[in-house]
Amino acid sequence: MLKISHISKTFNPGTADAKKAIDDLSLEVKRGDFITVIGANGAGKSTLFNAIAGSFITDSGTIELNGKDISLMPEHKRAKKIGRLFQDPMRGSAPGMTVEENLALAAGRGGWLSHVSKADKKAFRDRVALLDMGLENRMNQPVGLLSGGQRQALTLMMATFEPPELLLLDEHTAALDPATAEKVLSLTESIVSENNLTCMMITHNMQSALELGNRTIMMNDGRIIMDTSGEERKSLTVADLLVKFREAAGKDLSNDRMLLI
Amino acid sequence: MSLGSVLTLLQTASELGLISALTVLALYLSYSMLNVCDLSTDGCFTLGATVGAVVTLSGHPFLAIPAAMAAGVSSGFITAFLQTKMGVNSLLAGIIVNTALYSVNIAVMGSSSILNMNSSETVFTKARDLLSNTPFKEQYKLVVAAIAVIAVGVLLALFLRTRLGLAIRATGNNPDMVRSSSINPVFTTIIGLCIANSFTALSGCLLAQSQKSVNIDIGTGMVTIALASLLIGNVFLGRKKIPLQIVGMVLGAFIFRLVYTVALRFDMPAFMLKFVSSVIVIAAISIPYLKTRFPLFKRRLKQRFGRRAM
Repeated sequence: MLKISHISKTFNPGTADAKKAIDDLSLEVKRGDFITVIGANGAGKSTLFNAIAGSFITDSGTIELNGKDISLMPEHKRAKKIGRLFQDPMRGSAPGMTVEENLALAAGRGGWLSHVSKADKKAFRDRVALLDMGLENRMNQPVGLLSGGQRQALTLMMATFEPPELLLLDEHTAALDPATAEKVLSLTESIVSENNLTCMMITHNMQSALELGNRTIMMNDGRIIMDTSGEERKSLTVADLLVKFREAAGKDLSNDRMLLI
Repeated sequence: MSLGSVLTLLQTASELGLISALTVLALYLSYSMLNVCDLSTDGCFTLGATVGAVVTLSGHPFLAIPAAMAAGVSSGFITAFLQTKMGVNSLLAGIIVNTALYSVNIAVMGSSSILNMNSSETVFTKARDLLSNTPFKEQYKLVVAAIAVIAVGVLLALFLRTRLGLAIRATGNNPDMVRSSSINPVFTTIIGLCIANSFTALSGCLLAQSQKSVNIDIGTGMVTIALASLLIGNVFLGRKKIPLQIVGMVLGAFIFRLVYTVALRFDMPAFMLKFVSSVIVIAAISIPYLKTRFPLFKRRLKQRFGRRAM
């Protein structure tokens, strides 16, 4: 489904600040996989997502999505197939525009000069009602007035309105308060399973990294140092993960936001 | 001052206000929506005036309007292309195009810096002939300007509701979100600036035809004047829905002209226009900022002088 072959990316090449963020990384993702991604600060988790989504073009290697080479495709074209959520709830929606207008843009229906129809408006309201946040009564309010959790839930809805082939979640609940984070996470789970989406999720919560999804990869220094799924993964505990990290990376796992419980 | 002269004053202010309202609507699209401060506005306004004048002089006052707008579209396209595809900073792109347009405008006028249309037909003289037997025979300029503003305002309001319009609004608001909706922000910026500059050129074309002459300085300071009008409009209707905001822009242009015309009556010299518009822009942008700083300033004062008092 997604096939990443030997990609590398160095930032600021040829200077004293040169940093090899992705180092000859290969990964194959199967349709329907839900992969959790863990790793220390600066391990290259977000950089990997940026490479897949096309925020930059990799220095070498190829990225294939459903057999099509997307290595050189610009970000907005990849966005047709790849949905993405960031840690910052403000990044996914336009604050000065209403809930309805944001959804209309994300849904991407009709031609350039088409208006939002009544049927579309109803469809948007029905979908937003599923979030159970009362947003269906605030369709004409600017998104800037919503809370971070509401904005992130809305972004999730926008990213999956037309189910993408691949959904990238970059610690999308990390900036939310615990109760809201849990709500957005359970929404994510239900949307992913209902649409049978292929999904990759970066998380700093080691427990949910093992509980959610069917596969976990661990990154360090721009490489994948552990890739586990199936029976082996079911028997893993958080403590095992830490040991595995020390064995593979030769150092303790340090992440200032890492939750070990 | 007699009632008659007050009415004449109001009428002149309305005419000029409505014509410049078109430039305000252009900035509403580029500055408020796309978040691009288009500094090629002055040159583009003059371009619309010169192209419009040349076509009018050749005997086609109506053809002058689409011709001027097409010239504005090309100017806007170049400004947009420089900032989206050529790596030129957006402010600099506007300044560069503005400078280049000075030469272009002189060239359009046939190596002259002034053109007279005294003996040619304009859309305004056509309207005067058409309205000669109606109660509006004195207000023919007002009628033409009003028709242009209403047409542009309605089209703009409708356009901003379309998918492309929404994408243009989002581009100034959150370009990341535009990209993740599979829309190229480069595309929306180019389209937005082309449309905005066609309005600016239309504005210039109508001013030239209305005063029956063009000189190379006709657009100087237009960007500041229009920005002042836009900010005045924002004070009244800035937080309303789009159609009302558009009305607010026209209102802002009208109020600006009215205040200016009244100031002229109180013996303010005409050359002060640009100074006043600069002061208005500074005040409108700085006062909200200073308001947010004021509580801190007050506490610092209190801390300093409160202690001394003790």
